[in-house]
Amino acid sequence: MTEGWEAVIGLETHVELSTDSKMFCRCPVDVDSDPNTACCPVCLALPGALPVPNEKAIEGIVKIGLALECEINERSLFYRKNYFYPDLPKNYQISQYTFPVCEHGTIDIDVDGSPTTVGITRVHMEEDTGKSTHVGDGGGRIHDADHTLLDFNRAGVPLVEVVTEPDIRSPEQARAYGAELQRIVLALGVSDAKLEAGSMRFDANVSVRRVGDPELGTRTETKNVNSLRSLQRAVTYEIERQIDVVEAGGTIRQETRHWDESTGKTAAMRSKEESEDYRYFQDPDLLPLSVSHEWQDNIRKTIPELPASRRARYRAAGADVVAAELLADSDGLSGVFEGAVAVGADARTAAIWLTGDVVAHLRRNEREIEDTALTPEHLADLATMVDDGELSSTAAKEVLIAAMDGGGDVRAIAQDRDLMQMSDVSAIEEAVDSVLAENPEAVGKIASGDMKPIGFLVGQVMRVTGGKADPKVVQQVLRDRNSG
Amino acid sequence: MTDLADLTIAEAGRGLRSGTFTAADLLDAVSRRAAITETHLHAYLTLDREGAGAAAASADEAFAAGEDVGPLQGIPIALKDNMCTKGLDTTASSQILAGWKPPYDATAVQRLRQAGAVITGKTNLDEFAMGSSTENSAFGTTRNPWDTDRVPGGSSGGSAATVAAGSAFGAFGSDTGGSIRQPASLTGTVGMKPTYGLVSRYGLIAFASSLDQIGPLARTVEDAVILLEAIAGWDSFDSTSINAPVPSFARSLGVGVEGLRVGLVRELAGDGIDPEVMAATTAMAEKLAGAGAFVSDASLPSSEYALSAYYLIAPAECSSNLARFDGVRYGHRAEVEGTTEDMMSHSRAEGFGPEVIRRILLGTYALSAGYYDAFYGQAQKVRTLVRNDFAQAYSEFDVLISPTSPTTAFKVGERAQDPIAMYYSDICTIPSNLAGDPSISVPIGVDGDGLPIGFQIMAPSLGEERLFQVASEVERLAGFDMRASFATSEVTSP
Repeated sequence: MTEGWEAVIGLETHVELSTDSKMFCRCPVDVDSDPNTACCPVCLALPGALPVPNEKAIEGIVKIGLALECEINERSLFYRKNYFYPDLPKNYQISQYTFPVCEHGTIDIDVDGSPTTVGITRVHMEEDTGKSTHVGDGGGRIHDADHTLLDFNRAGVPLVEVVTEPDIRSPEQARAYGAELQRIVLALGVSDAKLEAGSMRFDANVSVRRVGDPELGTRTETKNVNSLRSLQRAVTYEIERQIDVVEAGGTIRQETRHWDESTGKTAAMRSKEESEDYRYFQDPDLLPLSVSHEWQDNIRKTIPELPASRRARYRAAGADVVAAELLADSDGLSGVFEGAVAVGADARTAAIWLTGDVVAHLRRNEREIEDTALTPEHLADLATMVDDGELSSTAAKEVLIAAMDGGGDVRAIAQDRDLMQMSDVSAIEEAVDSVLAENPEAVGKIASGDMKPIGFLVGQVMRVTGGKADPKVVQQVLRDRNSG
Repeated sequence: MTDLADLTIAEAGRGLRSGTFTAADLLDAVSRRAAITETHLHAYLTLDREGAGAAAASADEAFAAGEDVGPLQGIPIALKDNMCTKGLDTTASSQILAGWKPPYDATAVQRLRQAGAVITGKTNLDEFAMGSSTENSAFGTTRNPWDTDRVPGGSSGGSAATVAAGSAFGAFGSDTGGSIRQPASLTGTVGMKPTYGLVSRYGLIAFASSLDQIGPLARTVEDAVILLEAIAGWDSFDSTSINAPVPSFARSLGVGVEGLRVGLVRELAGDGIDPEVMAATTAMAEKLAGAGAFVSDASLPSSEYALSAYYLIAPAECSSNLARFDGVRYGHRAEVEGTTEDMMSHSRAEGFGPEVIRRILLGTYALSAGYYDAFYGQAQKVRTLVRNDFAQAYSEFDVLISPTSPTTAFKVGERAQDPIAMYYSDICTIPSNLAGDPSISVPIGVDGDGLPIGFQIMAPSLGEERLFQVASEVERLAGFDMRASFATSEVTSP
């Protein structure tokens, strides 16, 4: 960031819940079915239709709230946010305003070893809109469109909005926050949290100020951020743009801006000063929502271990930062890892093999760990054999891939393929002695202090043993034989 | 011999069960009556001859097969045109919904069909139930069967007129600020607004969601009970409906008022009430005392602000409820060049009538940033005060009484140009809506012009049993003969 400047960032994240039915009616959540087939009088806002809240969605938001260490309001209120838009069937969105379901939480993030806590202002429940498709010469934009097609399958899908305090100070932190929230939501199993599909989306509120200035600068809100990478890029762009404007003597307008992935820029959409007055008022069709302590406690019991706790546990067991994160983010990998440790594998070795060669093989073949035959026992045996010097790393890789492909017991694979390392020192000594006998010149050089031929001799021993001797042991024996 | 169309529901039910006549006969009687009265009254917007004929036939088949699903089986009933009826035009008397056929039945309608009722058609109302005279209809004014120069009240004026004229045995309306009770008062019928949440609102085209309730219009208190019992009770499609068993209200009829504490609400029985209406009200209070009730003055001090609060809360909710009428998915769509916004705003400007537009604007203003606290917020506080007043009053009284309407039926056009005068028609009925309490209007006599006078009884939330108990006694004490109306009315002599 430009010297002398500080960015102040707050994020609003929308998460579509993957419940069976919509937020306020009994229609299936089936966004991808034929247009306007997953609709009913309620989500089409026909005259006379009324909303009834979906209990499963409330459980979902309470889960998120509890995972973010929020206070859960025992009594929360639904409000109407009034604005006219063709894909908003009632021309108001049922949302929350005062007394949202969850308030005052936190998410801990870590960027390059600097941990930060991001405050969560609120987590509230609302409903999604339909989808507009603008058809015509405008290239999908509303201007120049000839006509607009509306699909209300998404209208009324439960949507949770997570709003942070303005605690984020850099694009990297913004990205780390987004990634951590996504991990938490995925771990909870309440949403598929697909950024590219729009089931999780970010709005970034960004302002800048000179370091030490107690006043906040004017903020802009950037929308249409569809990946973690875009989040970081959009925030970076917006910070730089604002600093440039202010340094050039200009002022920042409070406005909504649109991130354009292809140009890598944000552009003004509409000015907030002229923006609509949403005329929030409590929805008279819905009673105050009651989340009893008993219900909360029952929901709490269904919350799995969260990624942060898993990572900490794996780090403590010996996995490095990257491996711990990889393992914690995948239920499949962590299952194999924890199983292997449970049957006696060294955590550090198991983590290295699992997040190294196993993950590389999976990615190459576009497979998931669950699609392979690898068991915790395979990994444990392999790790132990490597640590005991029974397998070379090259041989171990081959055995591992064979095990993933259904080869069965790893020791049996290694033996069948003649990949076991020679660990019997006397056999290696025998091979070393025969090589030394065949190479008197090399022995002579070493005796005169020239250690260069050692490498050549190791190679000869490996050749004689068919590559199965542990090179470290060979080297040690050679040095012992020539040190006297 | 009495024309079948003049029977009560209870009488008609007995005749059906004794085989004196059939459901087809009853339908035929109200259809013939409608053929005469409709040219004068215009109470119906839609007559569903085909659907009603089929329903009557299947009721008769059921009787023949010995099946009996209850007192409404085979009884012709009219519905206010803001209740959704599957496949049958439902317009809320608005141009914006002209020709709209709902793909679903309102819960109340569904229950009426299950009860074997014969739905005759859909009745006129003030557009979106906004009005007190049925003059605010996009499809013509309904006239009062007692004097066709006069309004039948509103907004459920069409339903009230069918019941008074005999073109239906009973009807349903909706009451947001008095829209069932005030027309009942002006047409000499019984009109009842249930406790908020007793009847599902699912499928009732919303005016003001926190106030709207569907309720019956009938010729007798007993008929009102029969109609209400058919539709009352919890509905999983309306989260504001009350999830509790519904008691039998019929048991409350004819048991007298001995020992009951009855409060005549001072604030609703003074200034602005027509002297003849007031005299009739006081006379009935004395009769109740004579029948063994303890009658004295009660007070609802905040009720003087109730009308103002209502005219902020109801328009605020309506401004949001009516936002869905935008020409996008159904209803009137303006033919305009331009943006989607142009299309939506023109559709609304063309589709809504002046009173609806006035209330949308009023409500939008009341909810706007910077005005919310002074208007909508303040109105909600008044609503709380009104509720507290009722709670206080019900600690001393079992029921409260007052006139239903400050005047008897007024002339068509008399208040049409003066919205404030029109709004004052609801001065006595609005407090019960703000409190969410049940309330009923029972006819107790006529004024010097021969126009009916209504008497209002109010009870605490879910106090329907007590309400009907007193209403039934008031009816007995009044000895009001509904059928007298036709002798004095031109509509009976075509």
